[in-house]
Amino acid sequence: MALRELSSLEKYLGLKKLNKYSTQGDKKVPVLQSNNGPPLVGLVTIACHLVKDAKRPNLLGDSAESRAVVQQWLEYRVTKLDGCTKEDTKTILKDLNLYLQDKVYMAGNQFTLADTFMYFGIHPLIVDLSVQEKEQYVNMARWFDHIQRSPGVRHHLPPVVVLRNRIYTSKHH
Amino acid sequence: MKLFVSEGNPHCLKVLAAVEVSGVQCDVQYVNHEERVVPFLSRPALPALLLPSGLHLFSSNAICRYLFEVSGKDSSELCNQWLEWEATDLQPALLQALHLAVLQGKGSEVSKVLQGPLNYMEQSLSKGNTPYLTGEAVSVADVVLWAALYPVLSDASLALGERASVNAWFDRGAVMHSCQSAAQKVLQGKGLPGMKSYMQRQPAPQSSQCRDTQPCNGNPAESEEGERAVSAEEMEAAALTWSKGLNTCPVATDRQHPILPQEGKRNIMVTSALPYVNNVPHLGNIIGCVLSADVFSRYGRLRGWNMLFICGTDEYGTATENKAREEGLTPQQICDKYHAIHSDIYKWFQIDFNFFGRTTTEKQTEIAQDIFWRIHKHGFLVEDIVEQLRCEKCQRFLADRFVEGVCPHCSYPEARGDQCDKCGRLINAVELREPQCKVCKQTPVIRTSKHLFLDLPKLEAQLEQWLDKSTSTGDWTANAKQITRSWMRDGLKPRCITRDLRWGTPVPHPDFKEKVFYVWFDAPIGYLSITANYTDQWEKWWKNPHQVELYNFMAKDNVPFHSVVFPCSLLGAQDNYTLVNHLIATEYLNYEDTKFSKSRGVGVFGDMAKDTGIPSDVWRFYLLYVRPEGQDSAFSWADMALKNNSELLNNLGNFINRAGMFVTKFFESCVPAMELQQEDKKLLALVGWELQQYIQLLDKVKIRDALRHILNISRHGNQYIQLNEPWKKIKGGDTERQRAGTVTGVSVNIACLLSVMMLPYMPTVSQTIRDQLNAPQSCVNTMLQGTGTFVCSLSAGHRIGTVSPLFQKLEVDQIEALKKKFGGQQTATQSAGSTPPATVPAPAAPAVEVAAVIGADPEKAKQLTLAVAEQGEKVRELKAQKAEKAAITAEVAKLLDLKKQLALAEGKSPAPAPQKGKKK
Repeated sequence: MALRELSSLEKYLGLKKLNKYSTQGDKKVPVLQSNNGPPLVGLVTIACHLVKDAKRPNLLGDSAESRAVVQQWLEYRVTKLDGCTKEDTKTILKDLNLYLQDKVYMAGNQFTLADTFMYFGIHPLIVDLSVQEKEQYVNMARWFDHIQRSPGVRHHLPPVVVLRNRIYTSKHH
Repeated sequence: MKLFVSEGNPHCLKVLAAVEVSGVQCDVQYVNHEERVVPFLSRPALPALLLPSGLHLFSSNAICRYLFEVSGKDSSELCNQWLEWEATDLQPALLQALHLAVLQGKGSEVSKVLQGPLNYMEQSLSKGNTPYLTGEAVSVADVVLWAALYPVLSDASLALGERASVNAWFDRGAVMHSCQSAAQKVLQGKGLPGMKSYMQRQPAPQSSQCRDTQPCNGNPAESEEGERAVSAEEMEAAALTWSKGLNTCPVATDRQHPILPQEGKRNIMVTSALPYVNNVPHLGNIIGCVLSADVFSRYGRLRGWNMLFICGTDEYGTATENKAREEGLTPQQICDKYHAIHSDIYKWFQIDFNFFGRTTTEKQTEIAQDIFWRIHKHGFLVEDIVEQLRCEKCQRFLADRFVEGVCPHCSYPEARGDQCDKCGRLINAVELREPQCKVCKQTPVIRTSKHLFLDLPKLEAQLEQWLDKSTSTGDWTANAKQITRSWMRDGLKPRCITRDLRWGTPVPHPDFKEKVFYVWFDAPIGYLSITANYTDQWEKWWKNPHQVELYNFMAKDNVPFHSVVFPCSLLGAQDNYTLVNHLIATEYLNYEDTKFSKSRGVGVFGDMAKDTGIPSDVWRFYLLYVRPEGQDSAFSWADMALKNNSELLNNLGNFINRAGMFVTKFFESCVPAMELQQEDKKLLALVGWELQQYIQLLDKVKIRDALRHILNISRHGNQYIQLNEPWKKIKGGDTERQRAGTVTGVSVNIACLLSVMMLPYMPTVSQTIRDQLNAPQSCVNTMLQGTGTFVCSLSAGHRIGTVSPLFQKLEVDQIEALKKKFGGQQTATQSAGSTPPATVPAPAAPAVEVAAVIGADPEKAKQLTLAVAEQGEKVRELKAQKAEKAAITAEVAKLLDLKKQLALAEGKSPAPAPQKGKKK
């Protein structure tokens, strides 16, 4: 999974030379071999490296505060979302829904890497929900829909119908 | 900027160290562990940093990184990598290590848990050959890792000090004044014990917690397991076990009463929560208490443990007085009447108590008063004036359960006087808002009266010490631990043990004449007095904690009384009592997604089960199959019919019956000679593995999960027969005939094993199978020994008896009729617009909307679900029998049509759903 996320990110960033990855351990932690230095290990570490490589530092936040918020959600993704249990899922979705109540993106008003990776991590939780369940998390669903429709983000994941209003008929589900 | 931290929280150590090292000015505020600082998180998260913009940071690593960045030190990529490693790899291991060391007292196991991460650090530090993790200077990674590891590395007793580079690095960190002062602030110089109260509030670590694992959404008990790979060694081992044959040891003799603890045996006392006498128990009561306890004690006897299973009716209290008034009888007459009803119901459900007693006996008075005087003597009782609710109309003080009102904690409108069903908190009846007498609906008045209280705060330290030991060494279900922990967290208060009633055990103290013991002080003592009524040597069980293990079975609402209140009574009495070692609590069983309710006539009650015509064993099977183990579950008629028809009839019963019929028809009722080939050995290994799982699970009282492995074995067996087709081979040449013999012989032996494994669940069917197979009694004692031994118990030449079907199909109309009969008036009350209970699921409204548009019909949908399942089964049977293609096609067409109708009735579009539809 992690490798597919990284390759989606590479495409999104428009990186010309595609990197070679391997994984280590039974947890399949991604590893990036590099020519000028020791290998980089870990999804977040590699993703941040790619963003710097592509000279898009704004994706990591444009102030100390927003950089901290981005890092926090990236960490949240790999510690809380990955491997969460069914009970956790509800709490996570509820919390995110509340958090996103007054925000367009994870780090406020700007699209960042936190949106990309939180989207990747939320996707498996949300595909299994019924429409009614999704409707309990309107803010989260609005953000999710917004991100999956952002150009170039979705790549390896199928689109999910998250919002239903009366314009759509039941055929969409 | 404001930083919120709490004492004893290891993550706060990181941020305080980072504040000191970075020198950033920041207002530090100490708060309680449970304080919710971050407004959008439902669980408390500390430390938290309130940023100037009003945003909160709640990850300790992000806070540290931010503090460093503000002070002008950007973090490098290597630094990021260490921080990510800390969060994803080190923290799960640390959480587990701290849990072991701080809560379970298993410090010796810490080094094993931390071995991986510490070795990784050692390698990196020695290879990089730099003083700090990322180079020559201190970075945020050093501060975070140093603070994370401080609690374990600074404790010499954990013996983690063998890594030279890690040690040198840690000591470099330790000389930094700032890091140590942070440690002092958070742990108060107490070391690991300083984190106890923090750790108690953390969810227990899961060993599987790691990155890149898929979310585990499936219910393990229901997901189909893929084929397990079997190694050659496993196959040989299974064949060897098989050849050993039955134990020659003497068959266990009939039970000799009284059963007493024996030297050198595992002596286990099983209790099931005492059912209250004036109610007929419903299915939820039965599965939660007596049935679960029965399965375990039957299983224990099979394992060769020395078991005593005790239960009885709880008979004192106002509810009984009231019922007596209603029926124009004396309380004693009511108890006699209902005790007999309970007794009959449990007999019908085949609950095999060693003794089923009652609490209204002389022994109860004797023992309760003795415990009371002991507690009194040791100074654990306090007097206080109590305000009590009195109903002037009914002319009496109202027992807690006779008052209803609004919960003062969560505003649930139907809280009882002693406990709120919604939030689970205990309530003092006088604290209820808008109290009402349950009998006459009048508002009661408050009166005062002098009462005795058990001084729980004075016993708290003793209790905590005992709880630590019992919960870490015994098998407590997760809900039992969690409920107990939350009780301890809220702090204990003195608890009233006397009541102004007549129908109870009299308080012997002269100042409290005319009063009786509060039922929750009195009722658990019933376990002791019932045992005393069983044998005069009851103290060999109850004052013998070194020889006896005690298992308590109950539903979760009963947990606090068994884990906190009653142990406090016994600890306070100081007479070397046997306290609970294993506390097994179920969640709730609902009825067709609503609650059982006597008053509304909803649900099946114990006395009605036998009127359904469905055998007791099938009831037991289904209740155990949906046992609310780990989460709430629901009884559903349609599901019961489905499980009976698909699991009992088509899977288990079908296999056992076929195996027996082959012996009868093809081999003149004599078990044929068996020449094991690879394929047979593989099956023996598969069956042996399922048996091992079954034993491991039942040893841990995972009753529902263990049942699944019985059904897996018959599934393996059915496949084996289907693949080898003995009914064809028997018509072939010698080799083929011999093959048919082997397959038949192995199958009938598996049937025999199944009968033993089924014994705790379905005792009658289990015995019937052994009668039909004419199986030697010793097979019962042999197979469940050790980790499980599947031996050949019906050897070649053994003559079996007459084989006949074990289960009957439950027909749709039969089930529909039963459902109507027991459905109660719930539909009527709902449409009448009564106030919906707070637990009504939120999506109700959209569902109605969908139904209105497309015409969904839930009633019809349920019927059709059943019909689809049946038709599916029919198609599968035809395919298995290799029936004519035209016949199969016709039945498949019917099936598709039914599915289409079902989709319509469920309000879905009739086109099959892309993925999920196919599997069904």
